[in-house]
Amino acid sequence: MGLISNGTTLLDGGSISSGLAGSMNLIKTVTASSSGTISFVHGSSSVVFDNTYSVYCIKGINIHNSTSDELGFNGSIDTGSNYNVTKTTTHFYVIHADNGTQGHLYYNASEDLAQATGFQNLTSASQMGTNNDDCADGELWIYNPSSTTFMKHFLARFPYMDSRSPQYVYDCYTTGYFNTTSAIDAIQFKMGSGNIDSGTFKLYGVS
Amino acid sequence: MAFVSNGTTIADAGAFSASLGSMVLIKTLTASSSATLSFVNGSSSVVLDGTYPIYKFVFINMHPETNGKGFGVNFSDDTSSHSYDLTKTSSVIETYHAEDGSESTVGYQTGVHLAQSTGIQYLTAEDNVGNGNDECANGEIYLFNPASTTYIKHYSTMCSYNSNGTHCNSMRISGYINTTAAVTAAQFKFKSGNIDAGTIKLYGIKDS
Repeated sequence: MGLISNGTTLLDGGSISSGLAGSMNLIKTVTASSSGTISFVHGSSSVVFDNTYSVYCIKGINIHNSTSDELGFNGSIDTGSNYNVTKTTTHFYVIHADNGTQGHLYYNASEDLAQATGFQNLTSASQMGTNNDDCADGELWIYNPSSTTFMKHFLARFPYMDSRSPQYVYDCYTTGYFNTTSAIDAIQFKMGSGNIDSGTFKLYGVS
Repeated sequence: MAFVSNGTTIADAGAFSASLGSMVLIKTLTASSSATLSFVNGSSSVVLDGTYPIYKFVFINMHPETNGKGFGVNFSDDTSSHSYDLTKTSSVIETYHAEDGSESTVGYQTGVHLAQSTGIQYLTAEDNVGNGNDECANGEIYLFNPASTTYIKHYSTMCSYNSNGTHCNSMRISGYINTTAAVTAAQFKFKSGNIDAGTIKLYGIKDS
């Protein structure tokens, strides 16, 4: 039975009528609390990360670390048993210091990957600050991770404050692909060392 | 008649009262050896007018039939018999890195920036999207207030793609369609050859 209001069909056939429902579907929120890792594993803890959606977005909000280091991510093709998928990536950033100096654009060859299986840093070589008000925020878009035909491209942007004095704002852009035709079924975030002291990660599916 | 659940009005007067999210899928087009993919306001259920202040195109697994061809978009202000030839000016940041670890760089890319040009706005380099079986281009375009008859129409893009079987490439483009006429359609294609496969989704983003 449909739900019709003022002549407009709002619900019918078990779904919201076309053009009315939103397309950014929140799948899972994970809050860090001195966490070594944050993981989104398909089929675990209500996480969906398969062909239900063709695009996924993970937003990181107020990611605060306990030790000055870098925030990175990796993918898995075995539902989180291993996070070691081969990647080729690019990484550049724009910086500016609190004291008004050093406004620049840089390619950071120490943070890109060339057919490497390690974690891809989303922040850059100057490590994240640990002051109480320091944090990183950003988003990571992953395209069609369940494809068994194509590589899996991703695009990320993460601004943060570094650990120097004067502090710098870093605006980091990371792009690349998981060089596999296996489905990516899990994503994990962690710091290069130390815990993710606090922060929220939200996984969305784009329908 | 209102639909009320547990004291909360869920729907009334032909609309949901509860928030269902602000990004609404309007249309999905899937390529199958397609020369072009076009979104035309008023055609095939496409809305590209003043209904939404912001539109977003998401392109997924765009795979060229011909190796080494750029993927791009152009726009129309026609109301019928659309020509895709609006004047645009844009700026481009490109970054790339080879799988063997060489050739890593970021820089301004003059190859596909536009200066009052009516030609296609490439979202990749003009001549290097790979057509290996697992190669493709992915990304998005934001188009701001295309229905305005006061302002020019800004757009911003980001794209990740494979080139020549060995490189990771990315482009971020900002620009504007230099017209005060309403933009009514957008068309995607490769420089030459068909879009062998791929999906493009058009979303509207609500302002209230």
